[in-house]
Amino acid sequence: MITMENVCKSYRIAKRNAGFREAVRALFHREYEEIHALKDVSFTISDGEMVGYIGPNGAGKSSTIKILSGILTPDSGSCLIDGRVPWKNRIEHVRQIGVVFGQRSQLWWDVPVIDSYELLKDIYTIPDQVYGSNLDELTELLSLGELLRTPARQLSLGQRMRCEIAGSLLHSPRILFLDEPTIGLDAVSKLAVRDFIKKQNENHGTTVILTTHDMQDIEALTQRIILIGKGQILLDGTLEDIRHGGENIDEEVAELYRSYEI
Amino acid sequence: MKKYISFFRLRFSMGLQYRTAAAAGIVTQFFWGAMEILVYRAFYEADAAAFPMSFEAVVTYIWLQQAFLAVFGAWIMEGEIFDAIRNGNIAYELCRPVSIYQMWFSRSVANRVSKALLRCVPILAVAALLPAPYGLRFPVSWAHGGLFLLTLLLGLLVIVAFTMLVYITTFYTISPEGVRIFCVSAVEFFAGAVIPLPFFPEKIQYVLELLPFAAMQNVPLRIYSGSMSREEMLRAVCLQVFWLAAMVAAGRGLCRRAERRVTVQGG
Amino acid sequence: MRQKLRLYRHYVSIVVRGMMQYKTSFLFTAIGQFLVSFNVFLGIYFLFQRFHQVKGYSYSEVLLCYAIVLMEFSLAEMWARGFDTFSGLVRSGEFDRVLVRPQGEILQVLGSRFELTRLGRMLQAVLMLVYALCTAEIRWTAGKVWTILFMLAGGTAVFSGLFLIYAALCFFTLEGLEFMNVLTDGAREYGKYPLDIYGKRVLQLATVIVPYALIQYYPLQYILGRATNPAYIFLPLLALLFLLPCYGLWRFGVRHYKSSGS
Repeated sequence: MITMENVCKSYRIAKRNAGFREAVRALFHREYEEIHALKDVSFTISDGEMVGYIGPNGAGKSSTIKILSGILTPDSGSCLIDGRVPWKNRIEHVRQIGVVFGQRSQLWWDVPVIDSYELLKDIYTIPDQVYGSNLDELTELLSLGELLRTPARQLSLGQRMRCEIAGSLLHSPRILFLDEPTIGLDAVSKLAVRDFIKKQNENHGTTVILTTHDMQDIEALTQRIILIGKGQILLDGTLEDIRHGGENIDEEVAELYRSYEI
Repeated sequence: MKKYISFFRLRFSMGLQYRTAAAAGIVTQFFWGAMEILVYRAFYEADAAAFPMSFEAVVTYIWLQQAFLAVFGAWIMEGEIFDAIRNGNIAYELCRPVSIYQMWFSRSVANRVSKALLRCVPILAVAALLPAPYGLRFPVSWAHGGLFLLTLLLGLLVIVAFTMLVYITTFYTISPEGVRIFCVSAVEFFAGAVIPLPFFPEKIQYVLELLPFAAMQNVPLRIYSGSMSREEMLRAVCLQVFWLAAMVAAGRGLCRRAERRVTVQGG
Repeated sequence: MRQKLRLYRHYVSIVVRGMMQYKTSFLFTAIGQFLVSFNVFLGIYFLFQRFHQVKGYSYSEVLLCYAIVLMEFSLAEMWARGFDTFSGLVRSGEFDRVLVRPQGEILQVLGSRFELTRLGRMLQAVLMLVYALCTAEIRWTAGKVWTILFMLAGGTAVFSGLFLIYAALCFFTLEGLEFMNVLTDGAREYGKYPLDIYGKRVLQLATVIVPYALIQYYPLQYILGRATNPAYIFLPLLALLFLLPCYGLWRFGVRHYKSSGS
């Protein structure tokens, strides 16, 4: 169970001119500009839910994910995930979550994928038995077979994304954060990834929080949608709340963004 | 000619953008210079009679060396040029109506000059204000000053002509990295960047001064600090001109051959 | 603790295997590292051909000093390279990945790099050490052997601490940090001579600001028989305390990163 209550986060962007003297001075004294990334954000997500977290660029999506995954400390408000405060006990918390950043790789570039997995096993201290059965299952569902012996740098984007997702599920996390998992993938890979996420949720009850710009991802995967804009939750409902019978979901979402002036 | 100048200007303004890096570089080079001078002071105290130049001349040599590091640093080569040769993008450059040799040459000169201009002024200014014998002296005479500027320019052209040869060998070798590493270490050592050439044993120094490496920083720095006789200066300038001509000729020849190879093999 | 060591070894083995994918590049970088320090050695050699001694130190004694400093530096660079190249990790956002894994940040950053190419430098250091040990007329005692070992430990710690400071500063600014080279490369370069040849002032600064003198000048006096107080044997270990403020700054940096999310 994830609860976020009245979470606020503002960044202070240092205002300064370029230059070494300025950089040295800035170590001691800076002038700041406040940017409110999250304003009073609250929501609850129950176990086993799949939620699409959407909003335009700069709306506060990644700040939310960073707070939920313990990377970022909020200014105020509370956040509890299965009874834990993410940023208080980082190591205990991240043991229970899996994170896929679509734009970055978690695999070691120059060694076969299976070697990366073996290292992840040690990093997460996964018991042999759990590791073995998870790896077998993931290999089958994501048809990794041959890929496991290939160095990550030689994989295509779609192949790599399948390996990334498997890598973040080896330790059986209760919650999976997916940050644009289908970005740049071809149609076949997209379908495979979506299909797998759905199965993972059904078979293991893994809570999935998905941020994406691809509305087909949302359509295929989630019932519930949380829309964030300018740091505030604007809508927390279902796909039907957005759809008004139009043909093209992208147009409807664009229309929605316009109506909120975000 | 105009296109090379505009290219030069582009590089120059690009170099000027990295002001913070330049400032940090100045601090670093200032420290380096000071420590280097302290090393020679210790050796001077150990045996002043064995010192091959006056202490003040060594100090001046060191400050100039730090100020013009970007002019003479052998490691300053352009990754883009190596990449263009390796990945075949050179084919695009061949389509342009310019000579590859001249283009890369002016580009390398621009790169070094823009870096050095930014850094040399503050270093020279502060070094000149330091009390004797630790400060930068003025040239012994106006003539020395003029000759310094001339040989500085020649030295710059010689080092660029040398790096051009390194770029061009990339066409011919399977491992340009290896060539590059060996060339850089050789230049550093034989040009007098590790210790000034007069500190080598006499026989070795005699041979080194004939090599192209001595035509780089060694000549202008020693002329400015007044540690060369009139005949030595004349000989040094002649050698600079000779090596420049020889390396440019070799470079152009090799470059033309390489270009033909690229066109024949299709990159 | 044992488990952490095992995990670190696992990290290193992956990094090294990855590096071996580019054997020629590895080889040439190692040779380059060797040649750079070989040039410095030749410089010392030719200066001593002319001057025979400096501040009463013979050629062999200076080589002993340079060999130890070079070894300390190469060891630190080899294993703490992850901190030396930390700006890249922050700039690319890869540090977020570190934070979502259930292991300490320092262990993970150390494990992200292992610069085996520094063996080139190491080789130069070993050759000089062997030469110096054979030619410097030192009456060896167990205490002096321990002194050398302590110097290596303390020196590696001091240089690693400097890399850690550099990494911690990356959390605040990424510009102008080249000045740190003065403290790292500068100390390697000018640590080749015993610190007192630079004069009293430099020796004092190198004791107070960063405890270079504790890992170079003072223990060296004991080895060369210029000082007899056995307390000198343990001075290099005192330099380990330098790691404390470095670690403090790092913690402060991580906290800053988590609250600013830069």
